[in-house]
Amino acid sequence: MAVKILMPKGSDTMTEGKVLKWLKKEGDQISTGEAVVEIETDKVNMEVEAMGSGMLRKILVQAGKVVPVGELLALIAKPDEDISSLVKSEGSAGAQPPAGSTVPAPAPAAAAPLRPPTNASPVGTDVAPVPHAGPAHAALKGGATPSAQEPANGGRILASPLARRMAQEMGLDLNRIAGSGPAGRIVRQDVERAALLAVGGRAARVPEAGSAGAHPPAPPPALPRRPALVPTGPEFYDEPLSSMRKVIATRLVQSKAPVPHFYLTIEVDMGRAKELRESAKALNPDLGLSYNDIILKACAAALELHPQVNASFQGEAIRYYRRIHLGVAVAVEDGGLITPVIRNCEGKSLQDISREAKDLIARARSRKLNPDEYTGATFSISNLGMMGIEEFSAVINPPEGAILAVGAVAEKPVVVKGQVEVGLRCRMTLSCDHRVVDGATGAKFLQTLKQILENPVYLAF
Amino acid sequence: MSIRTYREALNQAMREEMRRDETIVLMGEEVGFYQGAYKVSKGMLEEFGPMRVLDTPITELGFTGLGVGAAMVGLRPIVEMMTFNFSMLALDQIVDSAAKMLYMSGGQFPVPLVIRGPGGAGHQLAAQHSQALEAWFCHVPGLKVVMPSTAADAKGLLKTSIRDNNPVIFIESEVLYGTRGEVPEGEYLIPLGIADIKRRGKDVTLIAHSRMISVALDAAADLEREGIEVEVIDPRTLRPLDSETLVQSVKKTNRAVIVEEGWPFCGVGAQIVDILQSRAFDYLDAPILRVTGADVPTPYAKNLEHLAFPDKQHVMDAVNKVLYRQPASADAP
Repeated sequence: MAVKILMPKGSDTMTEGKVLKWLKKEGDQISTGEAVVEIETDKVNMEVEAMGSGMLRKILVQAGKVVPVGELLALIAKPDEDISSLVKSEGSAGAQPPAGSTVPAPAPAAAAPLRPPTNASPVGTDVAPVPHAGPAHAALKGGATPSAQEPANGGRILASPLARRMAQEMGLDLNRIAGSGPAGRIVRQDVERAALLAVGGRAARVPEAGSAGAHPPAPPPALPRRPALVPTGPEFYDEPLSSMRKVIATRLVQSKAPVPHFYLTIEVDMGRAKELRESAKALNPDLGLSYNDIILKACAAALELHPQVNASFQGEAIRYYRRIHLGVAVAVEDGGLITPVIRNCEGKSLQDISREAKDLIARARSRKLNPDEYTGATFSISNLGMMGIEEFSAVINPPEGAILAVGAVAEKPVVVKGQVEVGLRCRMTLSCDHRVVDGATGAKFLQTLKQILENPVYLAF
Repeated sequence: MSIRTYREALNQAMREEMRRDETIVLMGEEVGFYQGAYKVSKGMLEEFGPMRVLDTPITELGFTGLGVGAAMVGLRPIVEMMTFNFSMLALDQIVDSAAKMLYMSGGQFPVPLVIRGPGGAGHQLAAQHSQALEAWFCHVPGLKVVMPSTAADAKGLLKTSIRDNNPVIFIESEVLYGTRGEVPEGEYLIPLGIADIKRRGKDVTLIAHSRMISVALDAAADLEREGIEVEVIDPRTLRPLDSETLVQSVKKTNRAVIVEEGWPFCGVGAQIVDILQSRAFDYLDAPILRVTGADVPTPYAKNLEHLAFPDKQHVMDAVNKVLYRQPASADAP
């Protein structure tokens, strides 16, 4: 009996698909499960597998063509089987693929947890259990059957009304979410997890992403040579948004308007920064170099190496700043908050930054700043360390793309080569506007910042 | 504010109202000389005299009719049912006269009548004397149905019910009569149709009334130890029902369990499910579950009686289910 290969419905939102490439040609012998054709959906490229064996008798849609879901693409049959009636009736075929006729095999690039297409055998499809199973998930496992083992639900995806609404609002495809509820029902926590993975996965397509818990972190790359930053031309340049960037922007705003924050925290050994302070004091007691000054200078240096973080979302473009203007959040004496700006930090020495910061902060506290002294920052730093705060998350000051929240520099037990020692540590959290800064981008910036602060001699280069 | 029993709070509410308004009368079986079958009217005959505190014969249909007639011509009677099991005998007067008179008379005859007494399950009172019948009254347009779960609510709601110009079915709980709580002194009125959030939580909404509130709160306290924050809401007035508070809570928690002592079929909880599914559909992360009395006549045997009504474990099981959660206890099925 002839086996049809139809344009599969790869997602709820898919209405048509494009034939990218035929992997087999007419006359080839095909066995069940073999990939026959590569198609492009609205989301991914994927291979369509044969659901039966035989000869690829007829290819009806050539590569490059876009056809509706359910369209007959090719026929597999015995070499002598009469397929003329099938070929003819193809034009009037319904839009829905008959159950079990094809198995869309998602491309490996699909990062989100994947729900197998209903009616499909899980064999060969990417139905790995949802990663990052937290305790809540573990608690569920006993009673909940993963959808992968469930029989078909008559083609309907089981999802709670809330999960459906959330998925729609976040632009997530329920087909690609594994349900943890009874009979594989997709519930709120499944959507939330998928949203996290979608965001993280999109950002961190780097190979080590997701395995950080299992393996020791890779040694940081050697610090690249500091680029000679000679600002020329206009103050900024606008890079038009790619279509993917537009999608990310739209979706993330839907999930947390108006600025979709995410947070990255890193712990920094401040031992050498302390030594730097002490030697600076020995040289010039009047300078009064603070940790904050060192962190400001280190941030400027790290931003030079990571200009992607010194950026702002502009609706249709991402604006990358060629200057580094650092905002410093200052609590005003009688309540309130103001962010004076240290301009052009890229060209300033530690000493310059320290002096300027002191002046600005003092005048900010007493509300004696001129408007041009508290506007136009490209990146901000908020330090609550002096209040004993260990770590916190700051709210981004739009239109900036990120802000660094600095906790207290404090002594704490640390493990060094298997021994507990007293270490001097500071925890810093970067809040990023996800429309501008992706997870890996922010993480690399923090890694560099940590490296600089742990080797502050870099600042003297 | 003083600590009083639920029974004393009801007594105080009636006395305060009767002192304020001499058109208020109390009638029923044993309310006067015997001081009330459950002593709710204790001391009232002495204070207000036999013209205002009337012992009636054992004729529920008759004295309820008397109450309806008196209300139509200007009094504000409180009719006590010795228990609500006996109100079945008076249903014709309650449903066909009290509830409909204002409508049928074109607005000429309001019926400011309170029919009150204990309802719900007792202890080994068996099939005919141990049942929760509030759903019957909730069904009828023209009636208000009030069921307090605490002493303070008992006072505040009864005073408001007496002042209401419509017939109010005020169902107390025999099991709660002896329970104590802080009760505000003097003028303390709780509007009808306003739910009370007895406990705040974010994970699941537990809706219960009357005695089931204590069951719900016990379950919530146990679940808190497992990290589950249960919001317990007491509608207090089953009709008019404070749908808005229930809907808002479910929009926050995304899941609901409704507990009632009565039978499941066409029960109060069924109505609440209907409201929640129609008004909070897109916020539900799990089917709404109900915990109800068993769908049987109440057994006399103590062990079977115990199985016939919701207890803490039933409620916890339902909460775990809507949370898609395995219960923490090892002996769970």
